[in-house]
Amino acid sequence: MEKFIENFAAQFDDTELAQFNEETKFRELDEWSSIMALSIMAMIDEEYEVQLKGDEMRNSNTIGELFNLVNSKL
Amino acid sequence: MYNPYTLEGKTILVTGASSGIGKATAIECSKLGAKVIIVGRNQERLDDTFNQLNGSEHYKFVLDLKCSDLVKTFISELTNIDGIVHSAGLTKNIPFQFASKENFDEVFDVNFFSPAELTRLLLKSKKLNKQSSIVFISSISGVLCSAPASSIYSSSKGAVNGLIKGMALDFASKGIRVNSVNPGVVETSIFKEGVITEEQLEENKKQYPLKRFGKPEDIAYAVIYLLSDASCWVTGTSLIIDGGFTLQ
Repeated sequence: MEKFIENFAAQFDDTELAQFNEETKFRELDEWSSIMALSIMAMIDEEYEVQLKGDEMRNSNTIGELFNLVNSKL
Repeated sequence: MYNPYTLEGKTILVTGASSGIGKATAIECSKLGAKVIIVGRNQERLDDTFNQLNGSEHYKFVLDLKCSDLVKTFISELTNIDGIVHSAGLTKNIPFQFASKENFDEVFDVNFFSPAELTRLLLKSKKLNKQSSIVFISSISGVLCSAPASSIYSSSKGAVNGLIKGMALDFASKGIRVNSVNPGVVETSIFKEGVITEEQLEENKKQYPLKRFGKPEDIAYAVIYLLSDASCWVTGTSLIIDGGFTLQ
């Protein structure tokens, strides 16, 4: 989980590291955008070899939920 | 009946014919009198296209154009043709920092190298009749614009647009014409199951002055113009079919 949060946070440039935890509602972050969503999906593919679909990604609201989704597909 | 766009007496090879633009093009070509040879990877969906073709004397081949040995066998068994429509295509939406060489290779193999090599081998084996017409399905993406996370797709289509110009010059002495049709977003399965959500597609649709995405037939009609003798003085050019998207 910690490593996942680290990988997630690495896609951001201006958001402070302290803002990222299991409960973070990532869509509410200022830096969130549709291209960021694609970057997160590409990171998940690269690091975990899990290919998420856009609509699956949309159903996750927190980093923890996204982690669980990825875990369920490992 | 007077029809300058008729394809009577022509044999047209259509790749990517199991779905989307390729499927619609194959069907429309058959309606305009062409004998159609359809190629696709999926047997079931290719059969579905085949069953919708108008008239008889059509052929179908289940074939992955990436397999060079199979392509060579396919060409050796092929009759002479008067036109090719390259509509097999693939997209990958990956932000550039994640776009690996492998990702580029996968898309370029399908969108660029396979159609280039198929055309080269057809020409070398003299299967293309004089006055043939070759049509590539390119895109507005990579030629006039791009979209977020589309660097791979855009590059491949930009490469296709360069290719048609070079090929057009090299083939001109044989009377063989090479052109492309460059669509905006068309409602095909290329986006289904992808990383782009329905919501994002709906947003994107609003940016089209004609207020909808293209239908496969909208593109097929442009392909037919380029295949027909009506366009016999047109080569190395690209027809933009995008509902006005790139005007803005």
